[in-house]
Amino acid sequence: MYVHQAAPVGSESPILESAFRLSSNRREFLRSAAGLTLGSKFLHSPLARSADAARRRKVVVVTFGGGARDQETFAPEGHENIPNIMREMLPRASFFTQVVNRGILGHYVATASLVTGVYETFNNFAAVPPGNPTVFEYYRKDLKRPSSDAWVVAPSNGFNRIGESNHRSYGEGMGARVILPKYLLKAAMSGSGSDYGHLLRDNYENPYSTPDLGNREFELQQLEMILKLSADDFRAHAKTLSSPDELSLYIVRQLIRQVAPSFLWITMHDIDIAHAGAYSLYLEGIRRTDRLCAEVYKLLEDEPEYSGKTTLLVLPDFGRDADQDAGGNGFQHHRSGDVAARTTWLMAIGPHIREGVVYDQPVDSIDLVPTLGAMLGFTPSLAQGKPIPELV
Amino acid sequence: MLPGDLKPEHFRLYPPVARKLVVENIRAIRRLPLSFLPSLLREIIEYDYKFPAERTAISKELANLGTVSDAEVEDLFREFSKIKLSSQLESFDWVNSPGQFVEQLSEHLWTTHQLDQFRIAATDYGEHLNGVVEAEPLPIPRLGISVVGRDVGSFDGLLFRKLRPHGTFFNRINPENGLNLLLEAVAARGRRHPIPYAHWYIDGGEPANYDSSLTGISYAALEPTRAALIAKIHSEIERPGMGPEALRSIMAQLRPSSLGMAGDDEILQRFQLKLLTEASGTQIFSTTYAQWAAREALRRAQPLTLLVRFASRQRQKAMNELLTVKAEQPEVDELGSLIDADMSAYYNWLNQQRLPGAEKSCFLAWFEGHASVLAIGPTIPRGAESGSEADLGKVLSWLV
Repeated sequence: MYVHQAAPVGSESPILESAFRLSSNRREFLRSAAGLTLGSKFLHSPLARSADAARRRKVVVVTFGGGARDQETFAPEGHENIPNIMREMLPRASFFTQVVNRGILGHYVATASLVTGVYETFNNFAAVPPGNPTVFEYYRKDLKRPSSDAWVVAPSNGFNRIGESNHRSYGEGMGARVILPKYLLKAAMSGSGSDYGHLLRDNYENPYSTPDLGNREFELQQLEMILKLSADDFRAHAKTLSSPDELSLYIVRQLIRQVAPSFLWITMHDIDIAHAGAYSLYLEGIRRTDRLCAEVYKLLEDEPEYSGKTTLLVLPDFGRDADQDAGGNGFQHHRSGDVAARTTWLMAIGPHIREGVVYDQPVDSIDLVPTLGAMLGFTPSLAQGKPIPELV
Repeated sequence: MLPGDLKPEHFRLYPPVARKLVVENIRAIRRLPLSFLPSLLREIIEYDYKFPAERTAISKELANLGTVSDAEVEDLFREFSKIKLSSQLESFDWVNSPGQFVEQLSEHLWTTHQLDQFRIAATDYGEHLNGVVEAEPLPIPRLGISVVGRDVGSFDGLLFRKLRPHGTFFNRINPENGLNLLLEAVAARGRRHPIPYAHWYIDGGEPANYDSSLTGISYAALEPTRAALIAKIHSEIERPGMGPEALRSIMAQLRPSSLGMAGDDEILQRFQLKLLTEASGTQIFSTTYAQWAAREALRRAQPLTLLVRFASRQRQKAMNELLTVKAEQPEVDELGSLIDADMSAYYNWLNQQRLPGAEKSCFLAWFEGHASVLAIGPTIPRGAESGSEADLGKVLSWLV
C-alpha cells in the first residue's frame, strides 16, 4: 500500500496530497504552539526494551468516535478547545499528524477495524462481531493472559461485540471483556422512572435506535463483583456526571483500581453530538473529551499499578467533513469520505516513547494493531497494517 | 436489468411530468452506466415536485446527454463504468426505487473501497457538466442575509470570525428597526423580480410578518409536523426488528399528508418534509433546522435572495438532569444558539458562493439587536473593520 512508502507525498494520489497538506498544517501548528520537534522518518524508538519489560508493560488505548477537525483543535483558533492536551500531554508525547483511515467511516465498524488491524466491511449498525481476530485475542492467546487482563469500555450497546471476533481460530472466550457503562446505568436505574432515554441512545447518527441487550442481572453482577460498586452508589454517582463519557471515565477509574488490567481500550463518544448539527455542542464535546483524556493520563500517572510502565495511545477513529466539501455539511457529519473525514492523528505517551516529537509521515489506521503487537510481544498474524517504527 | 434494456413502459409508475421527460430522453439514458444512472433517476423521479432551478438543471443535463455521441458517452463515463457492482445491485429495482439503490450503492462503494474512485468520477463529471451547460444569467446579484443571536443580551466572544477575512466588519451600526429594514429590502427584491421560489425568508423560531413575495418557512410553523414525526418514529422503533436502515426507508416514504401537512404548495411541503425526514438534528434543534433549511434552499432552489433568522434552540440536557425529574418545558440555550448561528452564517455564505454568479454575490450577517454587522460583496474591502455609523438599510445600499 502506498501509504507506507518512504515519500510522504504520493503524487499519484490527490487524496494523499491533500492529506499531507492537512498534516503539514497540523505539524506547523504544533511546532509553533508547543515547541515540539520534528521527528525523523522510520527512526526506531531509541528506548529499547527487553522482553521482560514488554511483559510488565501496560497499554491503554483511548479512541473517540466522531473525530474533531483541526480548526477546532490543533489549529491556532482551536487551541482554546484542547488546553489540557496542549499543555499536559503534547510535550510528553510522540505525535503523528497524518493517520489515514481507508475504511468505512462508521464508528462501530471503524473501531472494529482499529481493533483487528483489518478494514472490516460489515454493516455499521449491525450487532455483529468483527470477522477478523481482535487485538485482544492475539494478546491473550499469544501471551497466555487471563480474561481479566483485557478490557474494553465502550459507549454504546452497538459495541457489545467489539471484544472478540467470530474467527474460527479465535473467538468466543478468547477476547476482551466489554463494559458498556450506559447499559450498566440502565440496569441500575431500572424502575426509577427517570427521564434517561436520551442518555441511553445508542449513537448520534441514529438517535432513536437503542438495541436492548437484555440480562440486567449480569450487568448488576458486573457492577458489584468486578467494579465493587453497589447499584445505589453507582446510581448516586451517575447523577453527578454531565455526560456518558464522564460515566465511562468513572467506570475506567473503578476498573483500573479494582482489576488493573494490562490492556485497556476506552472508546469515547461525546464529540459525536456534532451529528445534531449544533456547533456549540460539538465544541463542548471536544472540550470535555480534552479534559477526560487528561484525566485518564493523570490517573495512569498516579496509580501505582500503572505509573511508569504504561503506554497511552490516543486517536480519533477518523475525522469529520471539511467545510469546503460541498458533499458534506461541515463539522456535522463524516459522510463525504473526503480527506478531512479520513485523516486524523495519533498521540503516544509512555516510558518507551520519545517526548515532544512530531512525525508527519503517513501511517494507516490499521497500523495500530501491529504496533501494539510489537510493543507487547504478540503476533497479530492476520492484521494487515505494519508496526509504526517510531513507536516500537 | 441494465440501462441498455430500458423501455418506456418501465417508467409507468413515475409521476406524469417525470415520466414524459424520461421517455423523451430514453435513448440518452440507455447509454449510461448503472453506477451513475440511478443517481440521475433519483432526481428525475421527483421532477414534478422540484423547484424551477432544479428542473432547469435536469432538463439541461438530459439535453446535453442527448447531443453527445456514443464514443463521447463512453469517454465521459469511463471511470463510472469501471466501478464494480454486485449482482444484488444489478437485480435491484433501481428504476422505481433509485433513491434506495443509491443508498445501497453508497454502502457497496464503502465496503469495496471504491468510494474514492466514485468521488473522482463524480467530481470530473460535475466539472464537465458545468463546462458545457451554461448557467442562466441572473437578473440581480444574489443576496444572503443571516441574522443571529435573537434574545442574546451581550456576547464577549469574537463574532463572525470565519467571515471577517472575506468582508468588512462594522461595529457601530444602529440596530433600531433592523429586522424590518432587512425584511423590507428582501421583499422589495421579490416584488421587483417576481420569480417563483427566488426570494426566501427562513426563520428558526416564530416568523416576523413578511411580504407575500417571499417564500417563507419557519421552525415554529412546523411544530405540529415535528410532533407528528417524532410520534411516528417512536411508534416505529417499538416494532420488532426495526433498525436504522428500515427506519430511514419508512421516513423516505412519508408524504406531507402522512404528517398532517396541509396547503396548496406541494413543492414547498415536500421540501419542508425532507428537511425533517432526511436530516439529523432538524427535528430537535431550531438552529440546525435553520442552517439545514438554508443549505437545502440554496442547493435546490438557488434563490436570488435568502434571509435566514436564527432563534434560540432548546438546551441540551446534561446527563445528571436526564437522570432526575422530567422538565415540562424545555429551556433555551441562548448563548449556545448564538455560537451555532455564527457558524451557520459562515455555512450559509459558503453555500451561496457555490452557486453561479458567486463573483457578484453579496452577504450580510447581523447580530440582532446589536451594532455588529459583517458585509461581504465585490465592492466591500476584505478583512477590514469599520466604525462608520449607519443603519442596516444604509449598509445594504453599500452592498448591492
